[in-house]
Amino acid sequence: MPSVPALDAAIALTRFGLGAGPGGIAEVSHDPRAWLDAQIRPQGAPLPPGPFTSTGERTQQMLDYQSQTTAAQRPAQPVRGTMPEPSPGMSATDSGSEDQPMADPTAQARFDARQASRRALTRQTAMDFLARARFGVTTDDGFAERWALFWANLLTVSATKFQARLFVGPFEHEAIRPHVFGRFEDLVVAAEQHPAMLLYLDQARSSGPNSQAGRRRNAGLNENLAREALELHTVGAASGYTQADVTELARALTGWSVPTARDQGGRRGRRQQAAMQADTDGFIFRANSHEPGERTVMGRRYAEAGVEQGEAILRDLANRPETARRMAHRIATHFVADAPPPALVSALEQAWIGSRGDLSVVARALIASPDAWRSEASKIKTPYEFILSTHRALGTTPERIEPLQQALIQMGQPAFTPPSPEGWPDTAADWAGPDALVKRLNWATTVGGRAEADDPENVAVQALGPRLGERTRLSVARAESRPEAMILFLMSPEFQSR
Amino acid sequence: MTHSFQIHRRALLSGVTAGIGLAYAGRAGAQPRAGRNKLIMVVARGAMDGLSVTIPYQDPDYAVLRGGLAISPPGQEDGALALSDGFGLHPALATLHGLHGNGQLRFAPAVAIPARIRSHFDAQDVLENGGGRLREQNDGWLNRALAATGGNGLSIGAQTPLILRGATPISSWAPGGNVRGGDRIASLLQDLYVDHPMLGDSLARGLETEALAAMSDDGAPVRRNDAGGMGQAVGRLMTGEAGADLVALSVDGWDTHARQRAQMQSRLTGLDQLIGGLRAGLGEEWDRTIVVVTTEFGRTVRVNGTQGTDHGTASSLLLSGGALKSGGPIGDWPTLAENRLFEGRDLAPTLDVRSVFKGVLRDHIGVDRAVLDTQVFPDSAREAPGVSGLV
Repeated sequence: MPSVPALDAAIALTRFGLGAGPGGIAEVSHDPRAWLDAQIRPQGAPLPPGPFTSTGERTQQMLDYQSQTTAAQRPAQPVRGTMPEPSPGMSATDSGSEDQPMADPTAQARFDARQASRRALTRQTAMDFLARARFGVTTDDGFAERWALFWANLLTVSATKFQARLFVGPFEHEAIRPHVFGRFEDLVVAAEQHPAMLLYLDQARSSGPNSQAGRRRNAGLNENLAREALELHTVGAASGYTQADVTELARALTGWSVPTARDQGGRRGRRQQAAMQADTDGFIFRANSHEPGERTVMGRRYAEAGVEQGEAILRDLANRPETARRMAHRIATHFVADAPPPALVSALEQAWIGSRGDLSVVARALIASPDAWRSEASKIKTPYEFILSTHRALGTTPERIEPLQQALIQMGQPAFTPPSPEGWPDTAADWAGPDALVKRLNWATTVGGRAEADDPENVAVQALGPRLGERTRLSVARAESRPEAMILFLMSPEFQSR
Repeated sequence: MTHSFQIHRRALLSGVTAGIGLAYAGRAGAQPRAGRNKLIMVVARGAMDGLSVTIPYQDPDYAVLRGGLAISPPGQEDGALALSDGFGLHPALATLHGLHGNGQLRFAPAVAIPARIRSHFDAQDVLENGGGRLREQNDGWLNRALAATGGNGLSIGAQTPLILRGATPISSWAPGGNVRGGDRIASLLQDLYVDHPMLGDSLARGLETEALAAMSDDGAPVRRNDAGGMGQAVGRLMTGEAGADLVALSVDGWDTHARQRAQMQSRLTGLDQLIGGLRAGLGEEWDRTIVVVTTEFGRTVRVNGTQGTDHGTASSLLLSGGALKSGGPIGDWPTLAENRLFEGRDLAPTLDVRSVFKGVLRDHIGVDRAVLDTQVFPDSAREAPGVSGLV
């Protein structure tokens, strides 16, 4: 009979982490809870090993690209279908260009240069993703990694939009990871102020109709970020906020922006620079686009102010009880069950409220709850978790982005491109549909055929420990070939779930 | 202001209930199911701007309120493609316009879900669960319709959307399959999945559809973003004895908060190619098919600060297919007059979108009226009577 510590270790590595590799379960068995607890650090979740260019450097890349765009002029808009989903454009040969070449050779050269930049910038983001995947496969801090991915998915940015694509990697490094064991309000403010979010949810160009810039240019509000901040990032739709709350928050957030080429040079540039507070992280507050006046959001009044006005509202939203309840349910759903045990949800909610959203306290409450350790593994892994845990089990690392991206596309979770601000879905019904399972089987067949493991049964034992059922173990042991044994292990219910 | 607009406005003012004010005589009773009629639900996710799809170019407020996003009237450069009653189609929808010429395209210019919600996800939930409210049902109305009629349900894409989720098992398919390993692995895996609530059935259905796709495939793999090829592949999966009858697929990317004009050109081109592909793939079955294009809500009438539009209320719905009966707009046009806009900003709905779904399910698919009113769309008899005369 397997010992209980070994089962807890298997659960700690698979349910809370990204899977077990050879020897992992034995290593963690002496104290699985302490192993998890040690990953909760005030400095946040570890960064994948670099070097990476920072948000500030990418802002400069964006400006350079924009000046190329201006130089290349803008050809006629294309007529190209983008169904059934917009191109994530994450492959090295990005076909997500919007423009068509033209006859003039000089213009053609500029156009080609611009396309080359576009491909290089897309490639950079693809490399960010590969670095994250490789880190996920090799890290000893699987729980911190999963916890960071969870918050990145709550505060989704997607590379579907080219300009946001430049920033999704640094967004995780600079806005998400440092804050995932700190206060939730700090995490929310950092995420909403990051260029990735400001560009993804169209905040960067939203202007107050009564601001200086708004009156001069006849520009106006864009309420996209404000709505998602309420609906997805904090209190949720069930909290009963109204359209008026959305509009008020949108007004408060006006001026939250990113630099443009115009800010940098020229006669106008100098004047504009005086009117904004620049930040080294690529966020700028344009005081002259900020809607004047006091604001009321969800019954609370906020005095006229600059950037602090929006920050104060977001912090209050982050600390509301509706947010605590919603996040508790979401955490429990992600880590434990599609229909999570109410006692677990309640424990997380209490921890959240008692600590005013201290995420290290909430993480510890998750580890402390007996409901999180039940032996039934009812969550189906996401495609990303499936692929990473496979590499961990086999002791391999993804070497190139292309096959990784191809597998993720097939299984329905292409790199860095969740289909909407709601982020990736999180239930078995979302990930284990008929087609998705066929695609998992295809991939398992490719991987299983290549795996060089001497003893597939031992691979299964090392990856699942006491979670490996007798039926699966026998099936793997009796397979007629090594590839067949590997496919059966990878596609087994135990390995598909966590 | 044209005559037809005056009629529509009067109809609205006199309080005629949406869906009943239509000029078409209803059919008594449901069609038998014997012909295996086909229905394809295309859900445009992200809130498709109806005012860019079916363009009310004769509405006197349209060009003013739409500013830089307005599409010119028919006959002008990049102008709308003329329909009837003062409406035109977006110029990217040339295939659909051709279908209109054959009487195989209809549209409802101002439909909405029964709940006034401006959240994509909640509104899609209502659109797909078929109830009057958020999370009223845990499964999708197309799945419940499948339960009532039998036949094969098929979801396109790696994930099954809510509209087809439920107790009745369905299949799903997405391009890119190339199953090797054969029956032996499938059977060994079924032994492992025997106690699992989901995996066994799911894999069996996936492999079945994959086999079907392999048989009907003419050898050309479908590329991502090839909307026409995608449509053809789906159409082919609906032909033959084992072909699918009720199909759901999603088209993404309609949340046009900024630079809407270019985005709509691209999205609608894709939609047009998709439907052209479906028609080609369906072959003769096209005559037994209706394709519904619908979305969770429309967008603001006025342009926002970033040459886009924000979340609104009513949008348009498109019906196409060889089984369709020709005719004019479905439901009334509320007009874009200031005092007609919903909350002063959105196109006002004149028709519950369920009324169109129910009309199609009743008269085309043959779902019993009582079943529609109580099970497929619970408690909808009064609020959303099925539209008659669509087939």
